[in-house]
Amino acid sequence: MSAGQRRLDIEQIGDVTIAKFVDKKILDENNIQMIGNQLFGLVEEDGRKKVVLDFTAVEYLSSAALGKLITMDKKVKAAGGKLRLCSIRPDIYEVFAITRLNKLFDIVDDQDAALAGF
Amino acid sequence: MADAFEFNVTIPSDTAQGHEVQERILSELEKVGFPDQDLFGVKLALEEGIVNAIKHGNGMDPSKNVFVKCEYDGVRVRVTIEDEGTGFDPQDVPDPTEDDNIEKPSGRGLMLMRAFMSHIEYNDKGNCVVLEKTRSVEE
Repeated sequence: MSAGQRRLDIEQIGDVTIAKFVDKKILDENNIQMIGNQLFGLVEEDGRKKVVLDFTAVEYLSSAALGKLITMDKKVKAAGGKLRLCSIRPDIYEVFAITRLNKLFDIVDDQDAALAGF
Repeated sequence: MADAFEFNVTIPSDTAQGHEVQERILSELEKVGFPDQDLFGVKLALEEGIVNAIKHGNGMDPSKNVFVKCEYDGVRVRVTIEDEGTGFDPQDVPDPTEDDNIEKPSGRGLMLMRAFMSHIEYNDKGNCVVLEKTRSVEE
């Protein structure tokens, strides 16, 4: 892991990894880069296959952040794993809906729903 | 209109300073009671517009500036963001929601600006965007 603040809280429940965003705003380029590196590390370095991204804290995100999520989804799929997104507030969900990414990602209401049948 | 305001800011191609401009516009709009649901969209659009100008317009060149003008007339906020780049044609940006593009990690900024603002417009050269948001009528 490169130097820099941890931008995700990681929790392991059984074989599922829950990665909770720490930031309210996922906007700044450096921040997005750090988040991307930490996300990709979960798959590429730690070999985790079932990953849930928890958006409880997130109030804003930009198109650059969406780009990282798309790349993460590809990496998880390439590793034979699964990615789920949960606890997205309605205005952020609108960002996913407008860009049709709600069809690309597996989005569920909350952590319980994310863990169910994963 | 007592609530009206207007200001101009010139910043170098630095995203941290871009965020300061964003915060200033948002705090001025908060002061005049711009509705929260509108502020969300304005913030997202400003983020995309200013980052586009700095990154894609000026190519992060520190010798180039971004000019931001913010005008509010009591009902509508109008933000003009101009960079010193060569410009682009918004028509050339592929639709990120097409099946062929949905998995591409870029190309969504323009779409989000269009979706969240009341009106957006580029100049002919494509180095200046005007973002307009008319405040919602609160119940």
